[in-house]
Amino acid sequence: MNTVFDQALWAVGRGSGVVAMVLLTLSVLLGIGARSGRPVVGIPRFAVTLVHRNVSLFSLIFVVVHVVSLLFDPFAQLRLVDFFVPFLGAFKPFWLGLGTIAFDLLVVVTVTGLLRNRIGPRVFKAVHWLVYAMWPVSLVHAMGNGTNGLQPWFLVIAMLCLAAVGGALAWRLHENFVEYRNVRSQENP
Amino acid sequence: MRMHIDWTRCDGRGLCIELLPELLTRDDWGYPVGRGGSEIAIPQNLESAAHDARALCPTQALSLHG
Repeated sequence: MNTVFDQALWAVGRGSGVVAMVLLTLSVLLGIGARSGRPVVGIPRFAVTLVHRNVSLFSLIFVVVHVVSLLFDPFAQLRLVDFFVPFLGAFKPFWLGLGTIAFDLLVVVTVTGLLRNRIGPRVFKAVHWLVYAMWPVSLVHAMGNGTNGLQPWFLVIAMLCLAAVGGALAWRLHENFVEYRNVRSQENP
Repeated sequence: MRMHIDWTRCDGRGLCIELLPELLTRDDWGYPVGRGGSEIAIPQNLESAAHDARALCPTQALSLHG
């Protein structure tokens, strides 16, 4: 069976996955920017935090569209259990399982993010570090599981995302990452 | 309404200073200071900005009372 509806589901499933990947990348960049305590490309600090939150929520929406459309897709043969338990999939179980892991981590990070002021900054921060596992796992899932995962156009997007996050991470690890780092370290040698 | 800055939690990220520029300035190390130090009286027209500052503070260093 290959109806127009099936083809639409297939297209939505793939397209929403690619958009989610780009939004997750943007969210990671904004999150690192927010952590630096500096304005990012002219956006004030409090707004960086808010845009980071909103882009993150949009990426979760696209991930939900991605998994739900593929749940009804006859090719992907997804079941509900594959949303939450990795490596049980019928089609490419390993690469699908990476997507499941990334989805689980994204849900946990989003829920604790929304509850940040209730659970406190310490728990929030500890859980939020999982993003550094979630993001690369989702990228590998996209390349390994995606029908277009190894085609040039997607690889260009994936490499741009990787370069952007890699660059931001290098900045994150730089000793002058945090604003006022210099004056503060002079006082506390 | 009054706002209290908990210096033991504050990390000087500067969000509150952007949201309450009328009341807070940044010291030489990037930390917020009010005219009265860590206890700041919030006029009525800045109450909503104060609520935003408390909610967005990355280290939950701000509290509001009264």
